[in-house]
Amino acid sequence: MDLKTMTYLVVGATFALYIGIAFWARAGSTGEFYAAGRGIHPVANGMATAADWMSAASFISMAGLIAFQGYEGAKFLMGWTGGYVLLALLLAPYLRKFGKFTVPEFIGDRFYSNMARFVAIICLITISITYVIGQMRGVGVAFSRFLEVDVATGLFTGMGIVFLYAVLGGMKGITYTQIAQYCVLITAYTIPAIFISMNLTGTPVPQLGLIGNYQDAGIPLMEKINQTITELGFKQYDGPVRSQLDMTLYTLSLMIGTAGLPHVIIRFFTVPKVSDARWSAGWALVFIALLYTVAPAVGAMARLNVTTTIWPNGVQEAPIEYAAVPQWFKTWEKTGLLKFEDKNNDGKIQFYNDKSDAMTTLAGERGWSGNELVKFDRDIMVLANPEIAGLPNWVIALVAAGGLAAALSTAAGLLLAISSSISHDLLKGILMPNITEGTELLAARIAMAGAIGVAGYFGLNPPGFAAQVVALAFGLAASSIFPALMMGIFSKRINSHGAILGMIAGIGVTLAYIFAYKGMFFIKGTAIFPASTPEYWIMGVSPEAFGAIGALVNFVVAYFVSMATAAPPKEIQDLVESIRVPRGAGAATGH
Amino acid sequence: MENESGRNYWAANIRLVTVLLLIWAFVSYGMGILLRPALEGIKVGGVDLGFWMAQQGSIYVFIVLIFVYAVMMNGLDRQYNVEEE
Repeated sequence: MDLKTMTYLVVGATFALYIGIAFWARAGSTGEFYAAGRGIHPVANGMATAADWMSAASFISMAGLIAFQGYEGAKFLMGWTGGYVLLALLLAPYLRKFGKFTVPEFIGDRFYSNMARFVAIICLITISITYVIGQMRGVGVAFSRFLEVDVATGLFTGMGIVFLYAVLGGMKGITYTQIAQYCVLITAYTIPAIFISMNLTGTPVPQLGLIGNYQDAGIPLMEKINQTITELGFKQYDGPVRSQLDMTLYTLSLMIGTAGLPHVIIRFFTVPKVSDARWSAGWALVFIALLYTVAPAVGAMARLNVTTTIWPNGVQEAPIEYAAVPQWFKTWEKTGLLKFEDKNNDGKIQFYNDKSDAMTTLAGERGWSGNELVKFDRDIMVLANPEIAGLPNWVIALVAAGGLAAALSTAAGLLLAISSSISHDLLKGILMPNITEGTELLAARIAMAGAIGVAGYFGLNPPGFAAQVVALAFGLAASSIFPALMMGIFSKRINSHGAILGMIAGIGVTLAYIFAYKGMFFIKGTAIFPASTPEYWIMGVSPEAFGAIGALVNFVVAYFVSMATAAPPKEIQDLVESIRVPRGAGAATGH
Repeated sequence: MENESGRNYWAANIRLVTVLLLIWAFVSYGMGILLRPALEGIKVGGVDLGFWMAQQGSIYVFIVLIFVYAVMMNGLDRQYNVEEE
């Protein structure tokens, strides 16, 4: 069977499964729509959380980032897993005990202020919209590459599927679909990794392959990679990092940001008990780690495979003739993600670091005119992995379905966070408190449909700053939502003034730092510094790493403002007491 | 909660969380980043310990930390008689 038919078959089968779940898990009440009736088993919720969390970026882009950054890529690995420890120990059980439906609702109630709730709604919607644009883009791109339809058709198909199960089923439909999507994406990610690890290191466990020996030469894989890439002028794979301070803050910002992402937090509202929320966070991390501990192996091995494909006998011999490249090279050239330019017209592909001085000398001797692999998109590392390793068509088809599952599952979680903050917080909480449950449920569905429309629009017409949004989403979550939630639980003294000013100060400094390097609201030409490169960063701290500083500012401002003003009223202090003990959580679910 | 048992429960909780977060920071920021140059000589298979902690080990420790927390907290809930009915 040819690849295209196979891909249609596999992707079609997974979509049929999601639609089936959509009709089976329809939501009948706001409790089911917002929190799946709080009846999800902790292990099942862990699996759904893993799918909710692992986006197109985790599935498609992360291994490629690590492949090119080497050791430093660990900031994504630690940052995007370590946040779960913060979530489990500091937030999830308490927010579950609180027993309401949304993150702004907790902030509004705990800080007895609609203003606080409103600031939280603005943060939540900004974070979630920026995040969902990337997912929609991922859906469109996966469709266009693997199924050879245009991006718009792919995007509309994806929107249609999400519409069915998210609008009909709300959190309930999304949860069961995410469980199915997790199974699809983890299978799709690990099968190629197992094959490649077998080929290179002889062990089927990629985690062991990473630290194992390169079979052909009997030396450690890492040594082989270092040899292969340094002789082409590239940085050593496990070499030291530019700035330990920047890497530490970057990792910390991703961790705090992860723990403050509303679409992840609300998943813990779906389990029956406080103790389940604790277990469930652990299970979520187990399921996430299945991908996250494989990703560094995929990255390292892909880096080696790609380099040895082009230089089969090392830099001392000639590189591959363009006429002799494997099929995957031609396939990915067509997508524009890979580009060869024969600068010295010798028909061979000279791929090396032409910015390295040592290589300039060698290039002069050998008659090279610069690096000829002029474009090499990092996403190829995962998407073309099975082809590079020569795996059968069904594995390639599975990777397409896995990428779609990762993007759709995260999009659905984000859309639910957006729609519930509109229908539950803005409409029911602030604007029209007297609407009935039926009206609220209808409003939630309309908000969901609207959010899908907005996400689809931006997916088709991505704003110029699409690539910068990760810094923005994590920076905002780290500097606003996480500190507000944590102080709301662990301090009885933080009052509404402290919380509101703390959030505004935290977001303020974080946005100021990001905009100073990337332009005001990402508009070109409005940046204060000439470029976002290490020599201009204050103390070498990148804008992506600034969320942790923003969080610190939030904590400090909230503390001093609260101390200078009156303590929260007695009933708020009692509320904090009550969320600190698990007993009585069942009673709170009735809402 | 405004009694001695309630205060002790909360104090035990804070102690547990503090210890676990110290370990959390030590394995990631400590061994994975800041102490990596000092650990250069120690090998895990073909890579150095700092590299392995940053790309593999810290994630395994994170999982263990959450499960230890769940077990110990559920134990504290019972000990102080505040678990869910």
